[in-house]
Amino acid sequence: MTMTEDMHLDTSQMKVSDEVAISIDNMNKWYGSFHVLRDIDLTVHRGERIVICGPSGSGKSTLIRCINALEEHQQGRIEVDGTVLSSDLKNIDKIRSEVGMCFQHFNLFPHLTILENCTLAPIWVRKTPKKEAEETAMHFLRKVKIPEQADKYPGQLSGGQQQRVAIARSLCMRPRIMLFDEPTSALDPEMIKEVLDTMIELAEEGMTMLCVTHEMGFARQVANRVIFMDDGQIVEQNEPEAFFSNPQNERTKLFLSQILGH
Amino acid sequence: MSDTHAQTVAFVRDTEIPPSPPPASEAGVIKWLRENLFSSISNSILTILGLIAVYYMVVGLGPWLANSIWQSDSLAECREILDGATGACFAVIRERWNQLLFGFRYPSDEYWRPALAFILLFVAILPVLFSNLPRKLLIGTALYPFLAFWLIWGGSVLIPIVALLGFIVGGVAYSMMSARSFVGAVVAAIVAAAVTWWAGGLLLEIGSDFLALRAVPSRDLGGFMLNMILGTVCVSLSLPIGIVLALGRQSNLPIVKVLCVIFIEFVRGVPLITLLFVASVILAYFFPPESNLDLVLRVIIMITMFASAYIAEVIRGGLAALPRGQYEAADSLGLDYAQSMRLIILPQALKISIPGIVNVAVGLFKDTTLVAIISMYDLVGLIRGPILASTDWNGVYWELWSFAALLFFVICYGISQYSQWLERKLATDHR
Repeated sequence: MTMTEDMHLDTSQMKVSDEVAISIDNMNKWYGSFHVLRDIDLTVHRGERIVICGPSGSGKSTLIRCINALEEHQQGRIEVDGTVLSSDLKNIDKIRSEVGMCFQHFNLFPHLTILENCTLAPIWVRKTPKKEAEETAMHFLRKVKIPEQADKYPGQLSGGQQQRVAIARSLCMRPRIMLFDEPTSALDPEMIKEVLDTMIELAEEGMTMLCVTHEMGFARQVANRVIFMDDGQIVEQNEPEAFFSNPQNERTKLFLSQILGH
Repeated sequence: MSDTHAQTVAFVRDTEIPPSPPPASEAGVIKWLRENLFSSISNSILTILGLIAVYYMVVGLGPWLANSIWQSDSLAECREILDGATGACFAVIRERWNQLLFGFRYPSDEYWRPALAFILLFVAILPVLFSNLPRKLLIGTALYPFLAFWLIWGGSVLIPIVALLGFIVGGVAYSMMSARSFVGAVVAAIVAAAVTWWAGGLLLEIGSDFLALRAVPSRDLGGFMLNMILGTVCVSLSLPIGIVLALGRQSNLPIVKVLCVIFIEFVRGVPLITLLFVASVILAYFFPPESNLDLVLRVIIMITMFASAYIAEVIRGGLAALPRGQYEAADSLGLDYAQSMRLIILPQALKISIPGIVNVAVGLFKDTTLVAIISMYDLVGLIRGPILASTDWNGVYWELWSFAALLFFVICYGISQYSQWLERKLATDHR
């Protein structure tokens, strides 16, 4: 991939390919004796944008954290980009370097500048020369619209800016899949939009995305599938239009009425 | 007049209030005195009592310092000169200066060697302390321990060179093997270093006079030099060992974890003085009589063990203070364990631990005086033994002990000031 490649694709061409990006088969996870994830089956195609919602404690964060092995699953099979997730550390590091992740609390490295945050993983994991890594970092910082903050430290930035840096930091690794774990939940209302705009732009470029979020507007606008989870199970999934206008399961109806009811 | 119309609810500001200076009574010396010294009756009483205490101290100490004698050969001569007046007899420091610094058995025509080593210590330590100095100076820092050893202990220059070669060969073996397996690389490094040292030992027997300085045995070291040697060596060794122990204690590998916990808890649970007695007396029973492990080396091992256990616990505190998100962010970017520790976790954990580490380092430096109890003539042992026991200076307590205190204070205060500067420099979180 080159820097000059045109990143802005026509939205009408946004098509989901048949290629499978993530496939999860009959996956189960326990915390001690507590059964957090039960019989999860999920196939994500390349270019798909999936929003996962559900009440707190339903296991939605745990699910996406299993995909890059931040959490260990005890049963079932997870395959990411053709690599099966096992306890082999080499496999795990390979998957992690190809799957970007954004956290609720940004988790930027406070002792490094914004630019260093973005170049660290490319330099040490991908062995990219420093100069090239910095060019890539500036490219993505421009993309999230904060190139002028490159030499500041994370503590000097607002929440929304920090989350955009976190997105840029992930993108610097040229991931083929992005995971978002409630990226806007820790933000003030006026900063949510700037982060969502960045995510929408990413979606328009055809990035495969899994987002745990409560931003139903975002789900309507961007997702091509919405998944509702409760009690560690996938309760319902559908295209956003049908999901919001015509939920089938009682629990989905109750959740939607609570979250959209005011 | 207020321009808010309290009686009406709606309000639109149409005039800006310009900023103005505070009232005159709220500025200047008077305000400072009133606020800080005489803000209440009890504070005023404390201020006056404090001033009285300062007065008595000045009255007491002033003549003692002002009448101090610097030229004399014994306490008796001092008293004669003073002729009944109060006055310090600092002449003892002048007369025993070399002994206080180098110990009473170090050959006097070789004093330049430890003195040069002391000056070079600063050259070696500067690039470690100040990261904006050119990084190439660190090569000098790496060579310094070998040079200092040669200068202080003397002997053939081949001894430090062979020791250094062993480390270099071991390092090369490690870097050649490390791509394949970590454990294999460590074993290869140890074997390569051991072989080099063994071969070097043969070479030393032939060339034991090659570029030799006069050899000084460890038992002849003493004075503040001994405190400096023990302090510098033990602090610089215990920091890396402490980091390894702290990481080991957090490890997922049960055997590593248990070993680290046992080491830390055992060493922390035993008084340092006990370990020093073990070093001086009991270790001799365990080693074969001909092995003759140097006493200073044994003491260094014990103090380093002791300090590294404390530093490990301080760093564990720093590690525990880091949010889990930092570990997860490092993991999610694909950094492996060594990278995430070195680049993400340790820089932050060590920064948090600076006050604790400095606490241990300063405490350790002062604890080096405990070697006086196992009959080594460090600064304290020297004052307590040869100087105060001599007929000339029997009874000069205040002058000698305040000189010892001053020496330690200068070093410890320097360390403390540096650490505060470092904390300010590393403060990037802008809380």
